[in-house]
Amino acid sequence: MTVTESRPQYRFVGTRPVRHDGLDKVTGRARFAADCDLPGQLAGQVVRSPHAHARIVSIDTGEAEAMAGVKAVITGDDFPAVAPGDANHDMGVNLMARDRVLYEGHAVAAVAALTAEQARAAAAAVRVEYEPLPAVLTIDDALDPAKPAIHAHMFTSGADPAPAEPSNVSQLTNFARGDVSAGFAEADMVIEREFTTQPVHQGYIEPHAVTADAGQDGKATVWCSSQGHFNVRAQTAAMLGWETARIKVIPAEIGGGFGGKTTIYLEPLAVLLSAKAGRPVKLVMTRSEVFRATGPAPGSKFKVKLGARSDGTLTAGKAEMAYSSGVFPGYAAFLGAWTVFESYDIANFEIEARNVVLNTPRSAAYRAPSAPMSALATETVVDELAQGLGIDPIEMRLRNAVSEGDVNTLGAPFPRVGFVECLEAIRDHPHYTAPLGPNQGRGVAAGHWFNIGESSSATVNLNEDGTATVVTGSPDIGGSRASMALMAAEELGIDVYDITPVVGDTESVGFTDITEGSRATFATGMAVVEACRQVVADLRGRAAKMMGVDVSEVAWADGSAVHSGGEHDPLPLAAITAEAKKTGGPITATGSLDAKGVGPSFAVHLCDVEADPETGVVRVVRYTAAQDAGTAIHPSYVEGQIQGGAAQGIGWALNEEYMYDGDGVMENPGFLDYRVPVASDLPMIDAVIVEVPNPNHPYGVRGVGETSIVPPLAAVANAVAAAVGRRIRDLPMSPVRVLDAIVNGDGSDNGSGGGSAG
Amino acid sequence: MSRVHVTCTVNGDETEFLCDGGQTLLNALRDEVGLIGAKEGCGTGDCGSCSVILDGRLTCSCLVLAPEAQGASIETVEGLVSGDDLHPLQQCFLEGAALQCGVCTPGFLMAAKALLDRNPDPDETEVRYGLAGNLCRCTGYDKIVRSVLAAAESQRQSA
Repeated sequence: MTVTESRPQYRFVGTRPVRHDGLDKVTGRARFAADCDLPGQLAGQVVRSPHAHARIVSIDTGEAEAMAGVKAVITGDDFPAVAPGDANHDMGVNLMARDRVLYEGHAVAAVAALTAEQARAAAAAVRVEYEPLPAVLTIDDALDPAKPAIHAHMFTSGADPAPAEPSNVSQLTNFARGDVSAGFAEADMVIEREFTTQPVHQGYIEPHAVTADAGQDGKATVWCSSQGHFNVRAQTAAMLGWETARIKVIPAEIGGGFGGKTTIYLEPLAVLLSAKAGRPVKLVMTRSEVFRATGPAPGSKFKVKLGARSDGTLTAGKAEMAYSSGVFPGYAAFLGAWTVFESYDIANFEIEARNVVLNTPRSAAYRAPSAPMSALATETVVDELAQGLGIDPIEMRLRNAVSEGDVNTLGAPFPRVGFVECLEAIRDHPHYTAPLGPNQGRGVAAGHWFNIGESSSATVNLNEDGTATVVTGSPDIGGSRASMALMAAEELGIDVYDITPVVGDTESVGFTDITEGSRATFATGMAVVEACRQVVADLRGRAAKMMGVDVSEVAWADGSAVHSGGEHDPLPLAAITAEAKKTGGPITATGSLDAKGVGPSFAVHLCDVEADPETGVVRVVRYTAAQDAGTAIHPSYVEGQIQGGAAQGIGWALNEEYMYDGDGVMENPGFLDYRVPVASDLPMIDAVIVEVPNPNHPYGVRGVGETSIVPPLAAVANAVAAAVGRRIRDLPMSPVRVLDAIVNGDGSDNGSGGGSAG
Repeated sequence: MSRVHVTCTVNGDETEFLCDGGQTLLNALRDEVGLIGAKEGCGTGDCGSCSVILDGRLTCSCLVLAPEAQGASIETVEGLVSGDDLHPLQQCFLEGAALQCGVCTPGFLMAAKALLDRNPDPDETEVRYGLAGNLCRCTGYDKIVRSVLAAAESQRQSA
């Protein structure tokens, strides 16, 4: 670990206790979404479209409704009508098709029956007549104005002048600075490259599942796993046209999300089925449904051009980018445009990004959304420039890395960031200079993510015996309960195991935004600290009463109230809670805030690969990842975030992709054919935690969840280029592509760089 | 509909349940026996979340029909503890932070147990291949592999 700035010595923060929810998870007791069952529960089944794009001529549910055990059948007609332009239109149509199906796997109806077998049989008996329509399946098709527009009401936003015709380009984003022509003229070397990536799935191991119980009072209770149960409540209410207070969402343990569980798919269906049947209904997706109907990350197509002087200084950048957000507009291109040159201080740039829609599932967030693809492009071209100019790749990046005060893509100054420190950590790591074997190559790449604040609530309740319960509204997707307990222990001065961290349901704790944007430990942690500080203020007041002194004479230190004059013995927290009835009643406080002061997080990854010259199979043989965590509250779970993101990025680089046939039917909707990395595919991943504390957080926290997936695509690509002597710019770098590069590469594009003179 | 009566041994206890002929062992364990530790991550034998040890062999319980368990001996994650004591694998997973979301953890524990049952002293590569039928999307496997190696060491020490 590298600690680059001084920080206070903490008693609990930075230690590695066994997580509080660990025991339940190693004994099989933990209840995930599909583990919630109710008496009298029905089994639900969703009917899905076999077509990528078709008009729904008719839906006949009569036969299904008459079948044994069937208690409810719903279609789009059971939901409130949504019109193009409505805020709820895209989500509403995505939940349940109305007049058209828009991608293969799009829900068209759902049934509930006594048994799962009956539900499946009934689903198969729902008769849907389709009239197939031409499907738009590739970014190139979406950019082609001659192809039909999927949404007649969609006109490119951000285009000037405003277009007169609907288009499959939903949004245009432009950022520019300086004089790009002059910048390229200044360069001694200019390199322009094109890249493509395919949609990839978040691949959480737990499929989406929900159990809903709608009562005759017009209210419903929903058990599900999500990254934000308040969001599930709001979206479910909006989809049904209900008031928020009619829905209670109880968070189950979440079996992975990575951004993919920041939205809803099944919840309103289950509530409607339950309301119609008058009994609880459980819906569980199959893995195939997860692939075909839930959030992949977008595919992308890029052209990136960078110019540099012979000393390595980047003088200009130009990026033309397109991201596919699936069937509805998204923010992928905007984020891609924002991230593509964000890591470097470039005086002149032009960025143009198009978000396009396709007849494929609506994309969802995936860990630092859009940044891995933009980093693939920029970090590859930077690598080629470094090679072409004969500059060490870390040195090249050090010369251009953003630091505090540099202006970001949108024009705002960077706060204190740890990019330089991450570069130095990798440069100084023994891995950087370790010898390579035959057919091996080494690649380095950087990446960053913004992180976000948003709203969080936390309640701290002190128990009679001096223990505490910390209730927050943030689902725990990677160990955040442990980090909440550690920060509370630090504040209160009691042992971390005397604190029980709990994720409260929507009726037990204040509103809390989604666990996204690497925000839980950062923002919800701030709410915990705020609540703890209120509790400590109360404890000081109680102690002053017990001592018979003024509160100004009582300080809080190491879990005890300490009298400044020293006439009174310190009062430990448990002694104060034991007397709480006599000093004013229960001791409890709530912290709620809209967190400001996020700390952007940078990472630098170093990857060694070995490419088999006969098969094209690439193996990652060594991997080191350095990331600025600000302060690592629980270092083991910070390392886990770094290692997990790296592994996902390696899968994205080498194996993973959505494959469609010519009609838009997904050909690999299962883990056999959509192959994510397994243990035997990977080496140990050396996680180096860099700590440049975020000055705006009480413990210096930066979010750590997302940045780790940004550099791997480029790090692996740069390593493959070094190993095989050819650049592969279309992901994934599957054995077929790598072998083709080895066998058929013409040598003009070898991995050693080589651009045109500027 | 008529249901199939199955008698088997689950975690050492003689166990009876009724199931449908087409029901998977995974569903029977979860819905009929009430053991929810095994999870369905894919239903096609590709993710290992439903791993159990069936007559001494690591098995995806989603690929076995429940009636096939007649007379069989089944070990699930719930059987790893003995009284108050955690199995060394459970202890090492906790101390080694080998879980994040935890949904794959029961499967990994059973795969690791099956590995250590037949190879008490595996090297890193053997652990990686022993766990290659189980998907984890959170950890990158680093801490899982280390924890299995640590548990093997711990078991050898106490043997």
